Amino acid sequence: MVIIFQSKPSLLAGGVVAGPLENRSIFSQYFDSVYDDERWQMKTNEQGHRKMIEEACEFAMKKIGVQNGDIDFMMGGDLVNQMTPTNFAARDLEIPFIGLFSACATSMSSVIVACLLTELGAANFSLAGASSQHNAIERQFRYPINYGAQKPQTAQWTVTAAGYALIGKHREEFPSIEAATIGKSVDYGMDDPFHMGAAMAPAAFQTIQSHLQQRNQKIYHYDLILTGDLGQLGLKLLKGMLVENGVKNEELTLIRDAGAEFYGQDEAFQSGASGAGCSAAVFFSYVLQQMRAGSYKRVLLVATGALLSPLSYQQGETIPCTAHAIEITMK
Amino acid sequence: MEKEQYQQLEQNVTPKPPYLKNVAKAFLVGGLICAIGQAVSLFYIIFFNFTEATAGNPTVATMVFFAMILTGLGLYKKIGQFAGAGSAVPVTGFGNAVISAAIEHRSEGLVLGVGGNLFKLAGSVVLFGVVSAFFVALFKYILVTIGVVSW
Amino acid sequence: MVMTFVFAFIVGGIICVIGQLLMDIGNLTPGHTLSTLVVLGAILDGMGLYEPLINFAGAGATVPITSFGNSLTHGAMAEAEKHGLVGVLTGMFEVTSSGISAAIIFGFIGALIFKPKGNID
Repeated sequence: MVIIFQSKPSLLAGGVVAGPLENRSIFSQYFDSVYDDERWQMKTNEQGHRKMIEEACEFAMKKIGVQNGDIDFMMGGDLVNQMTPTNFAARDLEIPFIGLFSACATSMSSVIVACLLTELGAANFSLAGASSQHNAIERQFRYPINYGAQKPQTAQWTVTAAGYALIGKHREEFPSIEAATIGKSVDYGMDDPFHMGAAMAPAAFQTIQSHLQQRNQKIYHYDLILTGDLGQLGLKLLKGMLVENGVKNEELTLIRDAGAEFYGQDEAFQSGASGAGCSAAVFFSYVLQQMRAGSYKRVLLVATGALLSPLSYQQGETIPCTAHAIEITMK
Repeated sequence: MEKEQYQQLEQNVTPKPPYLKNVAKAFLVGGLICAIGQAVSLFYIIFFNFTEATAGNPTVATMVFFAMILTGLGLYKKIGQFAGAGSAVPVTGFGNAVISAAIEHRSEGLVLGVGGNLFKLAGSVVLFGVVSAFFVALFKYILVTIGVVSW
Repeated sequence: MVMTFVFAFIVGGIICVIGQLLMDIGNLTPGHTLSTLVVLGAILDGMGLYEPLINFAGAGATVPITSFGNSLTHGAMAEAEKHGLVGVLTGMFEVTSSGISAAIIFGFIGALIFKPKGNID
């Protein structure tokens, strides 16, 4: 269902912090900080994960000159069990907080909730975002870091990054959110946890289609439609579905994927990047900065999430996926 | 788009594993690991008075030691990405499964972390090894008892 | 002498190829693949075929995980021959101890001295 925001809440700033390997990302120049220790000098991966979230929030607040006490709400999540890194970061930041889990689509579901609170008049400032830390997520969903299993070409690399956006009341000079679509949980019977792009592409397709239909728009009304972390193969599948549906080839160039582009063409990363931090990092750095610079006037951000758990996979379930979208415009 | 139609599209887009290349890499690396194992057992036979029949035990232990070093330095996962079964099937792969889990769960302490998760990956190998050995030996025992075969 | 290395290489390589085919064509996880190979090793020994393979290929047959199934079965059968039915249970680990005890000891030591690192090259 599409939500129209009459008050057009603005994305005032983004804070993006990433790990050492993310130096190789083609987007790294847009990040606020690339830390050279994957654990942020903490004892465990999970503590480093927490630290990364705190730093991302602090970068976002610093850019607008506000402090923890000025923030009314924080929305966010990660992929670790019970989302302890985000919960613990919220403890240290001392901001009223609701944890949200939409897997890698959390960057968008949290922005949508923050926009609703702003629209309602309940929030002057809120923080919304998502994060992932490679080591903590791999051990959660797959194998220990040092285990020598062969990853197929369809696999994606979980990024270490946190991206948080500061959302406030409408201001002309900032990118503003006009509408959003909350996606259904879609299941096309895909069951390979090393081929998430294939599981997520139908969810992205449905959300994009339903947003465009209900908003009475065509793809060419946008300067960019950027999905979260479908990876190179998932993006191919999404485009395949769009072509089946009568989308013309020249329109397809407007559709890009953050996960497919994140590490460039480096084959070591197989099909590209993934993780809740992937879309959050690219959306809240590269996209916001390009919009403020005037390169894009209207953008549709579509974060996709695979709603699986190691348990559901082991019990032989297929992978349901979701995609949430926000439509951002810049005057 | 219907589910069946999408699954068709997915089949067309998804690259098949490079079967031949994977088999070749598994053969070369697996063979190489076994040849190194052969050198190790020769070492035990020549210098420590083991025989061809008894050298297997110290050889396996030594290979697992190599696996620990490579796992700890983060090299075994790279060999694994290249070689697939070539490095998973030798006993070094068994060692890698145990040791990587141990290193990974050190952050939860020696008892609950290392102790509780040591056989998280390799446990199934121990389970099925023991269970199948039990039934094979039992079957043979029955055959011997009724006089079909002898030990 | 040189030929023992060649046979070890070829036989070990072939067992790994079987594993690779189970993964790629059979679509098995590494855990399923190794479990299957262990069962295979146990059955081969039950039929009396694994011991000749070791005599022929040396480490080519003792280093792959199939030898784990072989030595478990071997211990169980040897003990059953001496002590009857109860030996099937008690003899199991008689010859196998080295792989498992080495993995446990080195796992423990590894946990003490190494930290996991998420590097890619």
